Amino acid sequence: MAERAQPITSGSGLGAAALVAALILGALLAVALRAESGRGMGASDWAAVRFTAGQAALSALFSVALAVPLARALARRRFMGRRLLIALLGAPFILPVIVAVLGLLAVFGRNGWISMALGWVGLPPVSIYGLHGVVVAHVFFNLPLATRLILQGWQEIPAERFRLAAQLGAGSRAIWRLLEWPMLLRIVPSVLAVIFAICLTSFAVALTLGGGPKATTIELAIYQAFRFDFDLARAAMLSCVQIVLTGCAALIALRAAQGEGFGSGLDRPVQRWDANSTGARLMDGGIIGTVTLFLLMPLAAIVMAGVPGLALLPGSVFVATMNSLLVAVLSTGATLALAIPMAIAVALGRARLVELAGLLGLAASPLVIGTGLFVILYPLADPFALALPVTALVNAVMALPFALRILVPRARQVVTRYGPLALSLDMAGGPFLRRVLLPRMRAQIGFAAGLSAALSMGDLGVIALFADPERATLPLQVYRLMGAYQMQAAAGAALLLLMLSMALFWSLDRGGRWHAEA
Amino acid sequence: MLKLEQLEIDNGGFLMRADFVVPAERKIAVIGPSGAGKSTLIGAIAGFHPVVRGRLVWRGDVLNAVEPGKRPVAMLFQDGNLFPHLSVAQNVGLGLNPDLRLTAAQSEQVSNAISRVGLASMADRKPAELSGGQQSRAALARVLVQARPLLLLDEPFAALGPALKNEMLDLVDELVRESGATLLMVSHAPEDARRIADQVVLVEGGMAHPPQETGGLLDNPPPALRDYLG
Repeated sequence: MAERAQPITSGSGLGAAALVAALILGALLAVALRAESGRGMGASDWAAVRFTAGQAALSALFSVALAVPLARALARRRFMGRRLLIALLGAPFILPVIVAVLGLLAVFGRNGWISMALGWVGLPPVSIYGLHGVVVAHVFFNLPLATRLILQGWQEIPAERFRLAAQLGAGSRAIWRLLEWPMLLRIVPSVLAVIFAICLTSFAVALTLGGGPKATTIELAIYQAFRFDFDLARAAMLSCVQIVLTGCAALIALRAAQGEGFGSGLDRPVQRWDANSTGARLMDGGIIGTVTLFLLMPLAAIVMAGVPGLALLPGSVFVATMNSLLVAVLSTGATLALAIPMAIAVALGRARLVELAGLLGLAASPLVIGTGLFVILYPLADPFALALPVTALVNAVMALPFALRILVPRARQVVTRYGPLALSLDMAGGPFLRRVLLPRMRAQIGFAAGLSAALSMGDLGVIALFADPERATLPLQVYRLMGAYQMQAAAGAALLLLMLSMALFWSLDRGGRWHAEA
Repeated sequence: MLKLEQLEIDNGGFLMRADFVVPAERKIAVIGPSGAGKSTLIGAIAGFHPVVRGRLVWRGDVLNAVEPGKRPVAMLFQDGNLFPHLSVAQNVGLGLNPDLRLTAAQSEQVSNAISRVGLASMADRKPAELSGGQQSRAALARVLVQARPLLLLDEPFAALGPALKNEMLDLVDELVRESGATLLMVSHAPEDARRIADQVVLVEGGMAHPPQETGGLLDNPPPALRDYLG
């Protein structure tokens, strides 16, 4: 068929995609050239590969298996605190990993609440170190993300459909088959793929809860080769392995179903008439209660430990805080500047090329790109002096796949539904962007910006590679305080980091989340 | 005068032909079985379906390569004629300036049009707060300010009840008379055609037939039309 007229062009999106591709592929090329071909994979390298893939698969599976019933419960229940809970579901994903690890240790650690309770009845304490600890931490982080993504799928089913179904007398089962199951078939594969890919590149969790020959991820091995031995060749070789692994995951993510969305409805609140049986109520209540507890306890532990520490914060923490805010602002701006044009280009049907560029962010882990940029910058400038801008840039690229996943379906919907009307009103180009596309995408842009800002604020990855003793972001400073056994100050700084990340996320996401309300 | 000169339209894989002239200020109903290509014909005139052969000529200008928004056309679709996030006044204002930068005179024009269709008290409401009939009126107010000489309706009132639909058709009739526009209106109901149209274009078998007087055609239908009317 001939090319259809569109109200907007994909030029700037293709440009943004090219920029991202150049950056990532450039870093990968630098890594590949630096790797020594003569040295093969050692036994410990293979162990790292097995551990990395195994924990990622388990983490994705557990996260989604819990997220589907939770999202369903949240989609069809109205209760006090529902809004708060949905906001809270945003928390762990954007929670700085180092903060969450402190919280999980306080609950599940050897001296944590669970072990204490077990001690009362004469049982030995639990340990959170090793594979199961890493998986628990990853489920803690990704179950809420999965729930939010799946809940969004639920809410993209227009209220009119539920009204129609209720009108037709459809019960829970019929609604499941007619509306919900097709939606899940469309959404779940991509959610699985995303979480698997996130967990493949897990660094900070492995750094704190893993380690040792049995629980080292590739990412952690790269860091160790880089920082402890300054063995760039080995870091580069491990990076190549990581590229292959995450590249495969990215391919799976790309192949995951991306069917046509449901038609859009007018912005009426979603209301449900089915699922009033006692069994359904109990099931929904149970899953909501359990997950809330699982998510809240570590957060409560952080707050309880952190409040006394706030008074003990050293001056270095405030310098680190300013650095972190700067990095977050730069990185969010860059993410949106790249993601919005790219999402539009994908919506216009230039999917393959642009989506591939967006997914490169998943295919290349932060430490791999960091290693690559280091190799490139080393002969030209002092890489350590550029620690903050490089961190912001890498953070933006890392947030890009998530931003695209949030923005693309909506952009596609708006272009499909309102493209012809806009064209007939001669609204092409700027007016369409300003008057239709951006306003109709407000919710998704807010969510994407919130995620991007908070992820960057809490990131403990590239900065660990690049930072010298004088330069740190807040998460790195927390890690350093922990390492120096200043646990009170570490807890205080962690609480500060938590509050700042949440404030950033909330202020950006809130504007857009009217849809989740009622 | 709108000329469809040996037009071939790409109708999602198969071709649709049309070869006739619509005199100025006529009101034409386009009728025929569903799937025959009524919307395709209208869409091609509006610029949404590619014309693969022949010429589409409006008052001497060839429209084939002209973008939809630059054609002398105002169009209403089956649904989604209003942007849900914009107020009635903004939706109407788009007909004057697609970026909503309106002069005082244009704003005046917008509120006059809104009053003209009977929505004066609802200019600031969002479409979701309006009834179906009111939404149609708002869309017609935009058509009014667009003041294009060619009005294309792709069954925008199909979801309305008969009384409301007749009300809308009468309003369209008035607006078209006032402005002297040429109307092409897709319909599957012969009574709509009788109500408003001077002439009828029958679309069937991959072909849009030349317009014929409404009364004569409907009273004395050829076999193809008789099959459709039942």
